[in-house]
Amino acid sequence: MSDIPSELKYASSHEWARLEDDGSVTVGITDHAQGLLGDVVYVELPEVDAEVGAGDEIAVVESVKAASDIYAPISGTILEVNENLEDSPETVNTDSYGDGWMFRIQPSNESDYQDLLDAEAYSESIADE
Amino acid sequence: MAGLHTPFHQLHIDAGARMVDFGGWDMPINYGSQIDEHHAVRQDAGMFDVSHMTIVEVTGENAKPYLQKLLANDVAKLTQSGKALYSGMLNEQGGVIDDLITYYLSDDHYRVVVNASTREKDLAWMSQHATSFGVKVEHNKSFAMLAVQGPKAIEKVQSVFSDTQRTATAELGVFFGVESEGFFIARTGYTGEDGYEIMVPLAQVESFWNNLINAGVKPCGLGARDTLRLEAGMNLYGNDMDESISPLEANMGWTIAWEPSDRDFIGRSALEQQKADGVKNKLAGLVLEGKGVLRAHMSVKAEDGSVGEITSGTMSPTLKKSIGLARISKTAGDTVMVDIRGKEVPAKVVKPCFVRKGEALV
Repeated sequence: MSDIPSELKYASSHEWARLEDDGSVTVGITDHAQGLLGDVVYVELPEVDAEVGAGDEIAVVESVKAASDIYAPISGTILEVNENLEDSPETVNTDSYGDGWMFRIQPSNESDYQDLLDAEAYSESIADE
Repeated sequence: MAGLHTPFHQLHIDAGARMVDFGGWDMPINYGSQIDEHHAVRQDAGMFDVSHMTIVEVTGENAKPYLQKLLANDVAKLTQSGKALYSGMLNEQGGVIDDLITYYLSDDHYRVVVNASTREKDLAWMSQHATSFGVKVEHNKSFAMLAVQGPKAIEKVQSVFSDTQRTATAELGVFFGVESEGFFIARTGYTGEDGYEIMVPLAQVESFWNNLINAGVKPCGLGARDTLRLEAGMNLYGNDMDESISPLEANMGWTIAWEPSDRDFIGRSALEQQKADGVKNKLAGLVLEGKGVLRAHMSVKAEDGSVGEITSGTMSPTLKKSIGLARISKTAGDTVMVDIRGKEVPAKVVKPCFVRKGEALV
């Protein structure tokens, strides 16, 4: 069984999102997603300051086998990207909810975050796959 | 939809494999981390279930002339028992129907190992041409097949062999196979490391696998098999060549035996015409110099304006750089630009062999 922390929100496309104290939202991919991808060898991250819309393809995770798109779970502006992934992309496998985070977004629409799936709903969505 | 199972299927599940569909077969893609499995083969010993590959027995008085007609390489080179030969099997247009290995067992018995995904068409083609030679072409289903590869593979396999098998394989040369106590043990592989490809009698599948596990041989999936063969610069049928591709444009020129000039193998006249017209493309190695990962079908632009295509690409676990094979113009030069999701990224053109026996060659 994959790990799905209850304090996070989720997109059905396998991103997790965490609301920070300053109102920004940190995004990564779920444990389930990293397990499906296999060993991650490269992560292409968005540009800082880029404006993104919910559902846009804004990053790419490459495993040994294939490239997969990562979608912005909410609309907003990219505040920061996890530059450590450039040298250590395998962190996405080893610590997908911690040091393997990908980018931080300043939301442009507060309800976007609330509209994401909770842990239970995400868990059900992957059970159907 | 249930896929075909190899005799090792339950052992894969027990070893924690993630199973995927591969040409209709349920096969292990990895048992956790394919990068760890890759390194095990480069540094120690790993084993791959290759039972989905097809063993074909060619028997009869005319087995030799039959294979001399069927294959671009010449089985007349095989004179010692167990000696193996890599060859393309071509169509009349000179395209590659499959690449395969032929073992010489005797003048009237050759054992041919062909790919899994091409089984039906290969058997049909081989049978079709067998009639006029009066040879028998039979799919041998009495073996499972296991490749054990890596610098410690031979030592570890030897430790689980019987005394008779140890004696039989003690002097086994590279690209030779030998039969012993129902096993067929060949010193061949698809990883760029030393090791064996072993045909295992069905009754001994479980004990042999478990003995190898206990000897410290790591189970490895198709994922690692692909990165290993690509680092070794070995072609994958269906990716790097197929029926529409000439061996002359697939880095297989060395497998064509032009002499004797009167050996009229299937595809010969087409290849001679191609040589006369001038072969335009080659299958080259690429090493990505910028960021990203090379993948099959990415477009490759050369300085001379020619456009080629990547046929296989990955991140090399040994080199920690992205590498690939690409069909590009022979005049493409030393550096090409690869289109990675709309960005042009430079790649160095190299000989298509990146790693051998644990050593980086680029």
